[in-house]
Amino acid sequence: MERMEIRLAGKGGQGVILASIILAEAAVNAGKYACQTQSYGPEARGGACKAETIISDNKISYPEITVPSFVMALTQNAADKYVRNLPEGTIVVLDSSVTPPAETDKYRLYRLPILHTAEYEVGKAFTANIVAVGAINRILGICSFEELTETVLKRVPKGTEEINIKALKAGNDMDLEG
Amino acid sequence: MSKAVLMQGNEACVKGALKAGMRFFAGYPITPSTEIAEGCAVELPKLGGKFIQMEDELASMAAVIGASVTGTKAMTATSGPGFSLKQENIGYACEAEIPCVIVDVQRSGPSTGLPTSSSQGDVMQTRWGTHGDHPIIVLSPSSVSETYYLTIRAFNLAEKYMTPVILLMDEMIGHLRETVNLYDDVEIINRKQPDEPEGNFEAYKAGENLVPVLPVFGSGHYYNITGLTHNTWGFPTNNRKIAGDLNSRLLNKIEKNRKDIESFEEYLCDDAELLIVAYGGSARVGEESVDMLRKKGIKAGMYRPVTIWPMAETRLAELSERTGKVLVIEHNNGQYVHEVERVAGKKVEVGFIGNISGSYILPTEVVKKAEEMYYAK
Repeated sequence: MERMEIRLAGKGGQGVILASIILAEAAVNAGKYACQTQSYGPEARGGACKAETIISDNKISYPEITVPSFVMALTQNAADKYVRNLPEGTIVVLDSSVTPPAETDKYRLYRLPILHTAEYEVGKAFTANIVAVGAINRILGICSFEELTETVLKRVPKGTEEINIKALKAGNDMDLEG
Repeated sequence: MSKAVLMQGNEACVKGALKAGMRFFAGYPITPSTEIAEGCAVELPKLGGKFIQMEDELASMAAVIGASVTGTKAMTATSGPGFSLKQENIGYACEAEIPCVIVDVQRSGPSTGLPTSSSQGDVMQTRWGTHGDHPIIVLSPSSVSETYYLTIRAFNLAEKYMTPVILLMDEMIGHLRETVNLYDDVEIINRKQPDEPEGNFEAYKAGENLVPVLPVFGSGHYYNITGLTHNTWGFPTNNRKIAGDLNSRLLNKIEKNRKDIESFEEYLCDDAELLIVAYGGSARVGEESVDMLRKKGIKAGMYRPVTIWPMAETRLAELSERTGKVLVIEHNNGQYVHEVERVAGKKVEVGFIGNISGSYILPTEVVKKAEEMYYAK
């Protein structure tokens, strides 16, 4: 695998950083090199939040994203900020609540009901990050669903295993074309 | 070899410290070092160790010194604003020769600055933050796995040379999670203790490598510990001869053992015609830049000081002289570059790229500057 640069953006409290960690850890478990970083403001909730995962078959020197190959935005702010000036063919995932910014036709665009699925299908808004992880792995094929399940179980808080697996399945089974 | 896992830099620091035998942590949590305090709070009680959150950084540093005097390997972790507050007691540990490890995960300053952004702005502060001519050892890791090994080495050097050692991290490495494969089989150095029976003890007499053998408090050996200039029994004195001898010994115990303390790494330096110098997080930018430059046909290499203080000068001087062109990259406004200039000498062209915005330097910026230098007459 060439260097794959995955940027996840949303607001603090949505679990974007944990989603990014799970993707990196799943890649490491699948025998790849991974780097994971994040940037956020001093506030605990609600501020803009961005988390990045780099996956490669080779050792990773520069641990930051330079040209993302994948961008997910869960909020309008995140989409307006990060879904711009991307190279043609970049995979872009927008939550369906987000209005696509201009020029999205040059990207491989997915509009997925991530927040809606978490809140109404899974039943807990806080599982949106795990719904996203399921969908992202379907799109990028980082590892098998079983390996991903194992990683998610290791990383989510005790007592939330069942609902998070439900979320992961919902993300994995999401209609990507819809 | 263990299995490859994903680990955060701050987490690796805790693992290294525990492996080295650290059993006391006192601190006042601060971003981006907080995960170190959190990790110690979780792990130390399981091992019979103690974690204490003190009222501030001054007290944390004092508690660390107190714990170490009893023979316990002790550590604190902080970031720039807290590191400033620890300086007075770091000086005390230098003067009284109390081993301890201070981790500074640098963030962007000055003052409280940008709490969640990376920086390398404390490099000179690690050398001269506390007042007076004093010895110091500073190590700077540039990856998560190296953070583990250097934390262990920091404790080893502290115990061997009876001195505070600073592990100079930056947010870039402290908060980075990456693939690591850690070895368990590492050398651990423990503090020397006297063979002599209990009683009055001339603790501050120069021992092997000019390092004194300080009995742990409570062992029954009587001596005094003070931040004042003292005689070999530890008692304060104004005697100029004794003061001069003590201060010289303190500096020489590091100076005369530089070969053992210094460490550095080279990346593709053998045939290099342009030398990049970087350390800690900025070395990750440097390494990527070297690869990019090589692809463009420019024979670049990187020299990475691992022991920042004392600086491993001999090899740097050789490489600078041979290449004639040196490019220093730091996430600050230019601090270590002046040391590099001093070592490289006036005949060598030394360029610099810094960043004080809280962002990381881009490898493309380095490549551009390196190309200018390389093709200049």
